[in-house]
This record gives sequence, C-alpha cells and structure tokens, in this order.
Amino acid sequence: MFHASPWRSDFPAIAALQHQQQTYLDSAATTQKPHALIDAIGQYYAQGAANVHRAQHLPGSLATRAFEASREKVAQWLNASSPEQIVFTHGATSALNLLAYGLAEQFQPGDELVISAAEHHANLLPWQQLAKRRGLSLRVLPLEASGVVDLQAAAQIIGPRTRVLAVSQLSNVFGAWQPLSPLLALARAQGAITVVDGAQGVVHGRHDVEHMQCDFYVFSSHKLYGPDGVGVLYGRREALQKLAHWQFGGEMVHQADYQSASFHPAPLGHEAGTPPIASVIGLGATLDYLSGLDAKAVAEHEAALHAQLLAGLRARSGVQLLGAPQVALASFVVEGVHNADLAHLLTDQGVAVRAGHHCAMPLMKHLGLSGAIRVSLGLYNDSGDLQRFFDALDKSLEILV
Amino acid sequence: MTMSPQAQEALKVFTQAAGWEQRARLLMQWGERLEPLGDEQKVEANRVYGCESVVWLVAERQGEHWHFKAASDARMIRGLLALLLVRVQGLESQALRELDLNAWFEQLGLGRQLSPSRSNGLNAVLKRMSELA
Repeated sequence: MFHASPWRSDFPAIAALQHQQQTYLDSAATTQKPHALIDAIGQYYAQGAANVHRAQHLPGSLATRAFEASREKVAQWLNASSPEQIVFTHGATSALNLLAYGLAEQFQPGDELVISAAEHHANLLPWQQLAKRRGLSLRVLPLEASGVVDLQAAAQIIGPRTRVLAVSQLSNVFGAWQPLSPLLALARAQGAITVVDGAQGVVHGRHDVEHMQCDFYVFSSHKLYGPDGVGVLYGRREALQKLAHWQFGGEMVHQADYQSASFHPAPLGHEAGTPPIASVIGLGATLDYLSGLDAKAVAEHEAALHAQLLAGLRARSGVQLLGAPQVALASFVVEGVHNADLAHLLTDQGVAVRAGHHCAMPLMKHLGLSGAIRVSLGLYNDSGDLQRFFDALDKSLEILV
Repeated sequence: MTMSPQAQEALKVFTQAAGWEQRARLLMQWGERLEPLGDEQKVEANRVYGCESVVWLVAERQGEHWHFKAASDARMIRGLLALLLVRVQGLESQALRELDLNAWFEQLGLGRQLSPSRSNGLNAVLKRMSELA
C-alpha cells in the first residue's frame, strides 16, 4: 500500500533533492526544513538583525522578544513549567558537555557515572572524560538483544555510588525506546542526577519532561526539523541550581571586575557569548509549524512507513536487522557484504542513507560489526522513497553477492 | 605526465564505462588485481584511518622509485586503491609530489569518491601517501 506524506510539500528541499535524483533517508542524522523555518530566518535577517539581551534600541528589543518567545515555545513543547528551565546551547553535544563540566564539582573520586552501552558518542565521551578528570568510575549498562537496556542488570549496577544516570531516550542505532520510567526510578532511588539524551526521541511523538521526572533533558534543534547550531537543555529547577557556570563571557555576567565576577542564574548564566539568534528564532517557527500538525496523523504515518521499511528488509534474504526497531529507523547488515560496499552502490543510485559506526564505535565493536547501514525516516518521506531504496538495495546486492 | 600502460588501460576502460553499474563492476574487477599484502604488513603502523572500511597502505622505496601496496576489506575501496596504485607505482618522489591525483580520479569519472565527507576514505589514503612519500 502506498503511504503518501501530506506534509511533503511543506519541505522544499525534498523536491529539490528529487530533482537531483536524491532520495533522502538520513533524517536521524539531520532533517530537511519546513518553509515556516526558512521564511522565519529569512525575515529575521531581512528585517533587521540585532544582538539579544544587550541593546536598548528597537531592533535589539524585537530580536530579544522573538528569541525569548522561542524559549517559551520550547518550554511548551516539552511541557516544562517555566521558560527559565530552558537553556539554549549550540547543540545536543554542547548541552551534554555543559552538564559534564557544570556538574563536575558535585562528585568525589570513586563516585560512579552510569550510561548505557547504546549511547551516541555525545552522551558517552563527556562522561568518560569527566570520569578521567575527577577519578570517577564510568559504569555501562548492558543491552538486551533487542537493543534496550537490560533492567535486571541495571538494578545491579545502579547503586549507592551512582551519582549520574545518563541515557538516551531512543537509540540512534536500534530505533528502540529505552525503558526510561523504571531506569530513572532506579537512579532517583539512589539520589542520582538523571540525564536523558532526547536527540532522537524528541523527534517522534510529544514528550513531557515533568511526567518523565528527569533532572535534565537534552535535544538538538536540527534533528527536529529546526536549524542547526542550537541545542536545548531542560533542567528541573533544583537540578539547574547544581549546575556551575562553565563558559564565560557575554551577557551571562552579572557584575564583573578585573579580579572577580558574578554571574546570572539559568538560563542566561549558561548562555555565554552571542547565542545563535537566527537559529533560535527559526526553531520557534519550526515548533509553531509542528504544533499545527495533527499529531495522531503524523504518528500513524511514521508507524506505517516504519512497518513498510521493516517488512521490506525482513523479506530480503541475508539482511540482518540490528536489534528490534520500534520507530523511525532501522539499521542492518547483509551477510557477506561489507557495509561500505553497499553504501557505495546506494550512493551511486542516489539513495542517501547512513553507513558506518553511527557515532557509536564502542557499540559496534561490542556487536562485532565494522559498521551497518541505517535507513531513517522523516515525516516527509513516503512509500515512493522506500521503493527507490529497495530497488537500489536489490540492484546493489545483485552486483555484490 | 607520462602514464604507465596499466594507467592508460584504466583510463580507457573507465572513460568508456556506461553508467554507475558498469563502473561498479569494473571497480570490483580492478580490485582483484591488487598485489596481496602479507599478514606481517597488515599492522597498525600501516593502517589508514578515516575510512569506513579497514585500509592498509605500505610504501617501499626501491632506489629512486616508490612502490606501494594496499589492501582493504571492502571491495569498492580495493578497486579505488588499485586505480590509485596504477597511477603512482614506480614514480620518483618529485613526480609523485607533482601528480594531481584528484584530476586522475576526475578523469576516470570517479571524482565523487574524493568528496570531502570522509565516508569512503580515499582522501585519507591520498593524505597518507603524501605523508609517506
């Protein structure tokens, strides 16, 4: 059955890419952008750029208002109780680094940081390096074959020495939702700080950070059909108070002297330097656009396409799925075929998928794989995109096998 | 710059190839021509990073001339390595430095393989080669 996307024409790049004979199936890496965002950024630059939270003049006041309106929209999107709980960073990676530096003073040598084996490098390396700097120990939660964290093992590992639990909500390799509710409960019971990497999860469905009861939630705008260069850090009020200032300069300062200075609390105190103003405004426009969509229709479309993707992959002999994908994407390998060769031939045929280690090298080593191919879906994809992918896959395998 | 007979042959067959599919099949065939690498040469020091596949590159100096050997676990990159080696094999350092390898792959119709995104790693191989020679 052909599933058309009613939102496809809202994203001009999809038609432009099709003109170049490109089928875009790499939305888990970054997404194409809606007209609403492109217009908002164009308008901001065309009608008068200005720095935020600085000048008294009219352009400065308009830019600041638009910038702060985006903060409110993000707070609403996540159901945070106040926009003051939303810190803008330069990406999800920089938000996670802010946490790993800003929380460092909370820990003593011998304390434990816990992550899962499925983490993207962005939610592994900041904690790994923090552990090295402070003499902490990094514990890694093992996965079940499906790609989700083994909760029994987690209950053994998360203990009185656990100071931080940092896990992704949705794996960028397996497309599987992690059992956040029991995992976060285990960490809370130990008084540990909980960090959820929502880079993939935020794109699929609406998520309520109050209900999730995490201390921090992180996502990047560009995976959520927004501009690149912006990340979001949500923090519970008490949790944000634990976060020390990390980067200095710009309007994060309250009073400054040559020898000492004091700084603003969150969110401004964590937004050193000129923020990515146009991108933050663009993210606000994207959220307006997304809020206007029929969420149920989007979820049904994504589920139908994902089912089609899985069925097609399972129907082909030699194809092995990684884990048990639930949404958005599927990673696979083909027996006897190097993923780099397959990627080469898919690229030759204009199919844009991701090949390699997916920024999760330790995970790939653990799975005994040199890499895998990942097909990931956005709300603009349709069955035609999948058909072109499957045709290209068959043709590639005909040549390689 | 003078080209070896093998390089001339490569140029002929690749410029005559009709479309991606034939080029892919040719690449696989040319990959089979690579001189095999001994296990003792498949060591960390000879590993080229920046590729999605495992690539080794060995440079040996025979008098004034360079002799290269290369291997990979992926077939398409083996083909690209073979096309690289037929162009550089036996050159002197000066000639190697002056050679425009980007232009060589463009001539073969394989310019896309040198895209700055590091997915296939041919760029990494070229960089390593220039460091070695």
